[in-house]
Amino acid sequence: MTLVQDRSLVDLRGVRHAYGKPGGAELLVLDNVDLTLKEKEVVGLLGRSGSGKSTLLRTIAGLIAPGSGAVVFPEKADGSRATVSMVFQSFALFPWLTVLQNVEVGLEAKRVAPEERRRRALAAIDLIGLDGFESAYPKELSGGMRQRVGLARALVVDPDILLMDEPFSALDVLTAETLRTDLLDLWIEGRMPISSILMVTHNIEEAVLMCDRILVFSSNPGRVAAEIKVDLPRPRDRQDPGFRMLVEDIYVRMTERGAPGQPREGLFAGTGIGMPLPRVSTNTMAGLMEAVAGGPHDGKADLPQLAHDLHYEADDLFPVAELLQLLRFADLAGGDLSLLPAGRRYAEAEVDARKQLFAQHLLAHVPLAAHIRRVLDDRASHMAPARRFRDELEDFMSEEYAAQTLKSVIQWGRYAEIFAYDEDADLFSLDNPA
Amino acid sequence: MVFLFEDTRGARPRLRFLRSGGALSWADVFAFLLLAAAAVLVVHGAGQMSQPLAQLDVAPVVLDPANLPEYALRTTLRMFAALAASLVFTFTVAMLAARSRKAEMVIIPALDILQSVPVLGFLTFTVTFFMGLFPGRQLGAECAAIFAIFTSQAWNMAFSFYQSLRTLPKDLTEVSRQFGFSPWLRFVRLEVPFATPGLVWNIMMSMSGGWFFVVASEAITVGDTTVALPGIGSWLALAIAQRDVAAVGWAVAAMAVVIALYDQLVFRPVVAWADKFRFEQTASQQRPRSWLYDLVRRTRLVRRLLAPFGWPLRWLAAIPRPHLPPLPRLRISAATGRLLDRLWLGVVILAVAWAVWLVAGFIATSLHWSDVLAAFGFGLATLARVVVLIAVASLIWVPIGMWIGLRPAWAGRVQPLAQFLAAFPANVLFPFAVTAIVVWRLDPDIWLSPLMVLGTQWYILFNVIAGAGAIPTDMREAASIYGIRGWQWWRQLGLPGIFPYYVTGALTASGGSWNASIVAEAVSWGDRHVEAAGLGAFIARATKAGDFPRVALGIAVMSIFVIAFNRILWRPLYGFAERRLRID
Repeated sequence: MTLVQDRSLVDLRGVRHAYGKPGGAELLVLDNVDLTLKEKEVVGLLGRSGSGKSTLLRTIAGLIAPGSGAVVFPEKADGSRATVSMVFQSFALFPWLTVLQNVEVGLEAKRVAPEERRRRALAAIDLIGLDGFESAYPKELSGGMRQRVGLARALVVDPDILLMDEPFSALDVLTAETLRTDLLDLWIEGRMPISSILMVTHNIEEAVLMCDRILVFSSNPGRVAAEIKVDLPRPRDRQDPGFRMLVEDIYVRMTERGAPGQPREGLFAGTGIGMPLPRVSTNTMAGLMEAVAGGPHDGKADLPQLAHDLHYEADDLFPVAELLQLLRFADLAGGDLSLLPAGRRYAEAEVDARKQLFAQHLLAHVPLAAHIRRVLDDRASHMAPARRFRDELEDFMSEEYAAQTLKSVIQWGRYAEIFAYDEDADLFSLDNPA
Repeated sequence: MVFLFEDTRGARPRLRFLRSGGALSWADVFAFLLLAAAAVLVVHGAGQMSQPLAQLDVAPVVLDPANLPEYALRTTLRMFAALAASLVFTFTVAMLAARSRKAEMVIIPALDILQSVPVLGFLTFTVTFFMGLFPGRQLGAECAAIFAIFTSQAWNMAFSFYQSLRTLPKDLTEVSRQFGFSPWLRFVRLEVPFATPGLVWNIMMSMSGGWFFVVASEAITVGDTTVALPGIGSWLALAIAQRDVAAVGWAVAAMAVVIALYDQLVFRPVVAWADKFRFEQTASQQRPRSWLYDLVRRTRLVRRLLAPFGWPLRWLAAIPRPHLPPLPRLRISAATGRLLDRLWLGVVILAVAWAVWLVAGFIATSLHWSDVLAAFGFGLATLARVVVLIAVASLIWVPIGMWIGLRPAWAGRVQPLAQFLAAFPANVLFPFAVTAIVVWRLDPDIWLSPLMVLGTQWYILFNVIAGAGAIPTDMREAASIYGIRGWQWWRQLGLPGIFPYYVTGALTASGGSWNASIVAEAVSWGDRHVEAAGLGAFIARATKAGDFPRVALGIAVMSIFVIAFNRILWRPLYGFAERRLRID
């Protein structure tokens, strides 16, 4: 029996993936990832956005070819290899097909005869609790029902591995919980035709609730930072002290800095102006600083608690916290976010003083902002086309990231009043419309 | 639960068995009669088309209202034949452009140019070509007429399909790749459904535009060759030649009936059906309805009659094929890729240069630089007309369209009327214009001009109506709360709100006007002939005289004008509207 359990379904060895211009500077998304998925287990890939976990999932699904490294499906006893099937965050249903047709579509691609197709699809629909909705179109269904269709469609082709890309993150809290519970029930009772599940999530509690094994990803580049075995008995209880401890422990792991000498792990890959910046509004930054400064926290807040109080998920909170760290307004360590003196001063200051403080920190700690300001100061006209900076950024990162980074820096720069930007002309300047 | 949803495909086998058996419903009988009648008409019309050409001399087009239904049928068949050809063209060419980058480099600019080129001018060449292909048969002339209609329909359809293919939702593409869809399954399950709403809209626009060409292409005179194919267009041409006002009236009535019929019998059902392909996850408020579509959905007989049409496709899909591992992608380095691109570009440039040289050589054999200059001069005259007319039409229709668009009850009634008027070929009004100009001794250079926008101004109207209807209610409420009215209202809410729609309408209208100038600048009523100085009249005259070099010159010059106009004016406006004025 133990032999069967140890057999691996898929092995990833040294998978590396990079975006960017070939030859030029590239943004490393996945670096040297090893992963083995065994039979009869649920494995979670946990990490922040930008840690390449979706890329990894798509690599296993065969949608993306790895830059280097290998994805191997070992031969099983009967000579066949494991097959995969995928559930998408956005459901990815064909809006012009009925529920039944959507579920049948994978079988149709495999040229299964119509009668058998229908029989198997109806069985999957039955299993996943969709009977009565066979002839409905996706737009008539609620989000939860749509994701059930996505699940039925993935299960009907009898895959060995079910890949799930943040399957519950587009659903509201209640619906997501129901769907998780239903899925877990099916899994525990062994009623699904699958052998193993590999799921991507950024929700720590979800990972602890569902998985036998959690791989925590560090970001930029994505690497497996830690592997955590979850031995809690099923069904698991969120209020159980063991459960809470594990969640807290993972929070700490996700916020800890790398050992001295290693590059600092965090959101910000690259240095200088080649640092991709997340889209975080100055209002959100101010709000977080105020929340940490005031109330029960008094300058130092426990992240799981803070996320819970603010109705945030870890993934939404991390970029903001890390940005505050980058701007030296706060420090992030051991699962805690603590305000630095500048952060405290900011939280207590009035509008204009806040802007001045923000401007100082922006120029001192965000190289791109300082770079734009320097170029504007140097030029006699005090104007510079945004195109120029976009081109510079695209040497370091993808077009998409470059656009996002520039948008972020424009928003922060406008707030700090260190430069102006005219969208029509796509031009930076030192003009102040006031 | 089962009865909550209208079942179109009989998803529940048990339920379908319950309903089969039992007597035929009235709907079954009615639908069957409709289908049978359509089949008989198509067979009859198609049989007529293959008659020898000499038959036309024996039985020429006569102005007898008893013949009109037959003429109307043949005209309609021509239009749908052209539509079928356009669809085939769309699926192949747009697919090629979306799949291959090298093909895209050639196809997309070519489509862009073709859709703005005066296709009426090509008639001269295509008639000669097709008549040569089927000597002595009506089929040659039929093909030429169908081709003329095709050239007015195909380009925007292909563009729409290509654009849809380029904007396929990423997650659905991933699903189809993950399940290993065959190209065919991908085509029928993903690409065509996603493109359908845009394509249906463009098909309707194309049909409207096609009428204009029907009238121009059925009765063709190129040099000494005169062919009048039985159809509404030839009827109209004859009526004008014989100064028969009553016959013109009959033609107008026949067109109205045909347009109303295919609207009810074809487009409405198609639009109602296409609604399910709209890519949105929320149910729409107002779904387009069609009695015929409801009828077909309700009757099992018709569904069973239509079922055999699906069989070949199903067989095709069911052929078991060995599962081949995907071919390893040919990996070429970026440098090699760039080199190949350059090589390809070089080949394309050479081909274009050769084509230019060929055309120039053709024109230069009998024409001088002075002719080219003259053509450009005429082009400027027509350009001035188009600009002034679009401006005038805008001044008139923007306020009216806004007024209507802001009142949904009115918009619902006026919108179909405007679309109907857009489909209506303005040629039928030309006789009255000629009479007026001759009687009151007006200057044709000025008074013939309005004919150019007669048919095309409606595009401005119904786009403005759509735009005004799309202005969000909360913005209108905000404007009224802060007392914004008068010029400020137009400047800050009204004009920005409709601008993207207006640009679309005005672009279509101006393109149509250039085309219309070929017909509208030289107008006859019996033996009375009135002509304005312009590029359209230049091409029309050359066509009548069979002067091929001049026709080629005229088309080339007009193409240059239209393309320059698009690039300098409409393209930037479009970009501006996309960038700044999108409400999302």
